[in-house]
Amino acid sequence: MSNPVLTITNLTKRFGGVTAVSDINLEVMPRETLAIIGPNGAGKTTFYNMVSGRMHPTEGKIMLDGRDITGLPPHKISRLGVSRSFQINNIFPEMTVQENVEVVLSAYHGHSRKLFNIASRNTSIQQEAVEFLKRLGIDSLKAQRAEVISYGDKRLLEIAMVLATQPKLVLLDEPTAGMTPDETRRTTRLIKKLADSGDYTFMITEHDMDVVFNLADRILVMHRGEKLFAGTPEEVKNHPEVRVAYLGEEDDEAVEEANP
Amino acid sequence: MKTKVLMAILAVVIAGLIAVPWIASYFYVFIFTEILILGLFAASFNLIFGYTGMLSFGHAAFFGIGAYATALVLIHLEWPFLVCLLVSMGASALLALMIGFLSVRLNEVYFAMLTLAFGMMVFAIAYQWRSVTNGSDGLAGFTLGSFGLGLDLTLANPSVYYHVVLGIVAIAAIVLYLICRSSFGMILKAIRQNPERVSFAGLNVRTYRLVAFVIAGTFAGLAGGLIAPFLRVASPELLHWSMSAEPILMAILGGTGFFLGPFIGSAAFVLLETWITTYTESWMLVLGIILALMVIFFRKGLLGTAIDWWMEVKK
Ligand SMILES: Nc1ncnc2c1ncn2[C@@H]1O[C@H](COP(=O)(O)OP(=O)(O)O)[C@@H](O)[C@H]1O
Ligand SMILES: [Mg+2]
Repeated sequence: MSNPVLTITNLTKRFGGVTAVSDINLEVMPRETLAIIGPNGAGKTTFYNMVSGRMHPTEGKIMLDGRDITGLPPHKISRLGVSRSFQINNIFPEMTVQENVEVVLSAYHGHSRKLFNIASRNTSIQQEAVEFLKRLGIDSLKAQRAEVISYGDKRLLEIAMVLATQPKLVLLDEPTAGMTPDETRRTTRLIKKLADSGDYTFMITEHDMDVVFNLADRILVMHRGEKLFAGTPEEVKNHPEVRVAYLGEEDDEAVEEANP
Repeated sequence: MKTKVLMAILAVVIAGLIAVPWIASYFYVFIFTEILILGLFAASFNLIFGYTGMLSFGHAAFFGIGAYATALVLIHLEWPFLVCLLVSMGASALLALMIGFLSVRLNEVYFAMLTLAFGMMVFAIAYQWRSVTNGSDGLAGFTLGSFGLGLDLTLANPSVYYHVVLGIVAIAAIVLYLICRSSFGMILKAIRQNPERVSFAGLNVRTYRLVAFVIAGTFAGLAGGLIAPFLRVASPELLHWSMSAEPILMAILGGTGFFLGPFIGSAAFVLLETWITTYTESWMLVLGIILALMVIFFRKGLLGTAIDWWMEVKK
């Protein structure tokens, strides 16, 4: 058995009186796809924010490949191999789709410190950028300005940027949020293919249960900041408490929709 | 085709600039010297403003210290002008490193306010440190003996100084342009659009902002080193916060999204000021109206608007 990529112990984040993430323990193994589910406000994004260095944990420890990364700034954590996408699109709107990936690649390869090369003639980076766009099936958009492509394509572009740093651990925050059913299917297929390639370790937060059951090797169920349950998709499906928490939540939403 | 036309236009402009002393009066030789120096000042500012997205209200500190450095070296050491300019760049780089180190960690309005505050402090020091800076009168009475590299240099003939300025500004502009086109320059543009994404790509955004700030300050110092012999004085006005507003206005007037925008802005600014003040006292009113119109209707500045218009016509 190999060592975990990520080891989380007693991770807690409090905002004033609100405990957004409460005493989470978790190990993520190499090349697995771990989904985090839980209703809105469960603490999924806050959990990512701590792992990726955007927020300092109130308590607890985060180990990446046996190295303590708790409280390091985002750029250092990124250098150490954690790469993430955001729930809200986070790209370079005025650059072309290809340039968006080139920026990340030149950061990764250390070209970003070069003051006197000509960025637009860096063919090796350009070819590599196109490779990443191909992997996400959006290479035909490479010359478009990133702000004009469709919402779903922007989300795929962000995934391409996330993968371009050759991460040990990829955190995707609701990759299909706001997508049309068609785009969701396409994105799920793509992520499945990437996960099956065995090159990546994924953590994915998701609302869409179909997507989760389709992709995850293991599922962490969060509720009000706490770990409710962790197990295989089968176990999660059959877990009574999870069914109540999850179906209960969905029933509430259904009721709210019926009586606005 | 497009690049060919642009290259042709650029070649004509450069040839025209070289020929200014032969086709224009001394008056316009002075005007064009000022345009070039202030254009370099504005272009250095635009590296941090238009490219990196940092609105500094203290850029005159580097321009002014460059002017003082050259004046001091000329007065006390009488070194060749080229060496004076290097001293100016070194002094402003050092000052930019200190001010930048404390400022770039802040964002937006806080960054703007802090650079303004540091700019005011530098002004106050120059104003009050009479033994070195000669207070409000500034440093005057220096002469140029040689350029360096075995060349003579005199201020007696404004055409000679104009050509020196043209050559140095051209070289500085090329260096700045190359920086803008480099991978580093691409990262600066990325930082303006989305600093968070850049840091999540593994780069320390603060370091990149600081390096950009120091480069901008260094070239502002070079522009300052050029202005001192031109004005024949290095005075506290060069460090005043209103001087920090000039590159902002010029960059916006010419177009912050284009490398040459600030130079066009400098030309428009200086020429309009010259022409309008011969007719009316209210140059500031006219300038205000023009700027308001630019910001409301022509966000891309004179150059950006002209390029858009040209693209339309070509279609
Ligand atoms: N920056 C913040 N300041 C204060 N409270 C926050 C902040 N970020 C998140 N929270 C709170 O933490 C809880 C968890 O939020 P979040 O992590 O976004 O949940 P999820 O991603 O699962 O929807 C919510 O109650 C939210 O209001
Ligand atoms: Mg969330």
